Amino acid sequence: MSTTEQPSVPTNSGPDFNPGPDFKDIPAFEVDPGLQRHLADARVNVELDTGDMIINLGPQHPATHGTLRLVVRLDGERVIAADPVIGYMHRGYEKLTEFRTYPQVTTLINRIDWLSSFANEVPFVHAAEQLMEIEAPPRAQYIRTALTELSRIATFLLFLGEMGLQVGALTPAFYGFRDREHVLNLIESATGGRFHPNFNRIGGLKDDLPWGWIAETRNVMKIVLDACDVFEDLVLGNEIFQARTRSVGIIPGELGASYGVSGSNLRASGVDWDLRRDGAPYLAYPELDFEVFTHPDGDSFARYWVRLQETRESARMVLQLLDKMPAGPIMAKVARIIKVPAGEAWVETENPLGQMGYYVVSKGGTGPFRVKIRSASFSNVSILPWMLRGVYVPDVVTILASLYFILGDIDR
Amino acid sequence: MSVLALEIGWGWMLAFKALVILMIVPLGALVLGYTFLLKMMSHMQSRLGPMDPGGFHGWFQLVGDGLKFLQKEDIIPEDADRRVFAFAPVVVVISTFLMFVVIPVGPVAVVANLDVGVFYALAVSSLSVIGVLMAGWSSANKFALMGALRAAGQLIAYELPLLLAVVGVVMQAGTMSLQGIVSAQQNGSIFGWSGIGNPFIFTQIIGFLLFMIAAQAELSQTPFDMPVAESELVAGYMVEYSGFRFLFFFIGEFGTATAFAALAATLFLGGWSLPGVHGLSAELLGPLVLFVKLMGVAFLMFWVRFTYPRLREDQLQAIAWKFLIPIALANIIITAIIKVAF
Repeated sequence: MSTTEQPSVPTNSGPDFNPGPDFKDIPAFEVDPGLQRHLADARVNVELDTGDMIINLGPQHPATHGTLRLVVRLDGERVIAADPVIGYMHRGYEKLTEFRTYPQVTTLINRIDWLSSFANEVPFVHAAEQLMEIEAPPRAQYIRTALTELSRIATFLLFLGEMGLQVGALTPAFYGFRDREHVLNLIESATGGRFHPNFNRIGGLKDDLPWGWIAETRNVMKIVLDACDVFEDLVLGNEIFQARTRSVGIIPGELGASYGVSGSNLRASGVDWDLRRDGAPYLAYPELDFEVFTHPDGDSFARYWVRLQETRESARMVLQLLDKMPAGPIMAKVARIIKVPAGEAWVETENPLGQMGYYVVSKGGTGPFRVKIRSASFSNVSILPWMLRGVYVPDVVTILASLYFILGDIDR
Repeated sequence: MSVLALEIGWGWMLAFKALVILMIVPLGALVLGYTFLLKMMSHMQSRLGPMDPGGFHGWFQLVGDGLKFLQKEDIIPEDADRRVFAFAPVVVVISTFLMFVVIPVGPVAVVANLDVGVFYALAVSSLSVIGVLMAGWSSANKFALMGALRAAGQLIAYELPLLLAVVGVVMQAGTMSLQGIVSAQQNGSIFGWSGIGNPFIFTQIIGFLLFMIAAQAELSQTPFDMPVAESELVAGYMVEYSGFRFLFFFIGEFGTATAFAALAATLFLGGWSLPGVHGLSAELLGPLVLFVKLMGVAFLMFWVRFTYPRLREDQLQAIAWKFLIPIALANIIITAIIKVAF
């Protein structure tokens, strides 16, 4: 179509300018008297209605760990209804993976749950390895397991401090950050990245462990175990903390499972389910001796207790791994340009925040055809509207903190 | 009475006193903020705290912070009630200024030795809640409004234990004048031994603890900091304030903490008095003695502040009405019985 055939568009300049009818020519807008009465009634109702106040917690709010928005309807301090609004941080990772090669995808999925990035890479790499029918050598598996547990410790140490901060105690937060720093230094010295290691390769790992890492890790695990004792005394044993968290935000086990809540949140509701033990065997977990902790209460206190015990257990697991660490290569034989044969694979792992899974569809080639990411926090926060009914405003913050979600993990 | 009062004219004396009061609030806020907020908290939380500004241990940091606040843009929300919004921080700080009027720092060094000194100090201290309510209401912000209403609810609950805790001291001293209470402690004796006088903390230890708990609530410090509750209400009634108006709230907060610490030191620790020091030397040493005692009390306050989590609003009310007030009443009854018996 040429430009001459386009219909003429009126402009507000030039000789053809038509300003339209004058404002004086437009008749005044008349409202039906009956309607007017209704409007007046509505106004009065709005003015006299002191029952509800709608308040936006977020997207910019210190208790929402990022950009979660909660539209909360309040009666005084009591929550009548809460509606989580997500998507402020949606980055379209599932679509982006379709335009990346397999090694490039690990860089992306690092950023899903940015506090435990290494644990995010594992299930995806595992899925690709399953499709290619290769397996990483035992030493690589052990190092992967150790780094996964270290990232779990780093995440939980932050939680243990952060939860104190959210119920009003400033000090635990700094202890949490301080001790997490040691763990992050370990991850950095092994992988080169504090937050986003991007260390996994399909078929193994990028590098072997640096010299002296194992001895240093043993020292840091002592620090972590001491830190857990500190948190037990300072936070868990505090009467005010107990008053604030006991019987606040109870998730019944069955209901939680039906909402898709997973990980420590579900174990705190008495459901004895841990993918490291109960799922398809992955990494070095079948060879480890560890305990799965559950708590019958299902409240915020139970979630804190379970995560505290799991931090300890993870530290013990890391020590076990260091003792059993086999020698050998860290890479399987893989072609330089990775091509994954056609097929579908589903791998789920127990990440710090809960069950994380990747459904990878390959049509042969250097990149995946489609990746479905099942992240833990998305399902964990889906129970929020149910949990937040009838609680007080401070409890909203306690519940948000105790569910422990990462916005990147919700929105992806 | 004193050399000073005779030689200096009445008008000059008043001007001098007013100047001291005007200086003591920001100065007290500065000292407490530096000592406890920047240094003690940093040590407790194993972080460095500012160490660079000014050379020695970052002493200049708070002054620099103050200067920073002064050059910030003064933002008033569009829907705010402008005049109330602007006046609210002033009300808060004025209540702090007024508290210092009755606190004695020496045998004569007091601005006004009122006969109802304790009563006046506690009454004036609760004026600040009016400022807080004004701030919360005029900000046109729901978080601010909730914070202000929480502050009001807290005041009603905690003014009573605060007053009842002091009643025991007043009964024991037989006067409401703060000067009278100090001299009652200085000239008292413990079972006939008058070596250190009779600081009321020994006989009124329950009153002291109640006073400290209630003062913590009055100052809205952790575990009773729901009006500002950073993790819930962002900053409560202060959420819309910026620049020097926010600085006023800051000065008000720490200035009131100074005032309450001084009041507690006066009521329970003997105030400016030092055993065996009388006359002119007491006049000169008085401010220093009171300052040391005040810092001791403030240390307790801030120690609690940096250790405990925050209570919930309904739990706070329950503690006040079911726990503190009955204990305070029992304390009064016991004090009365002992007073009459001995």
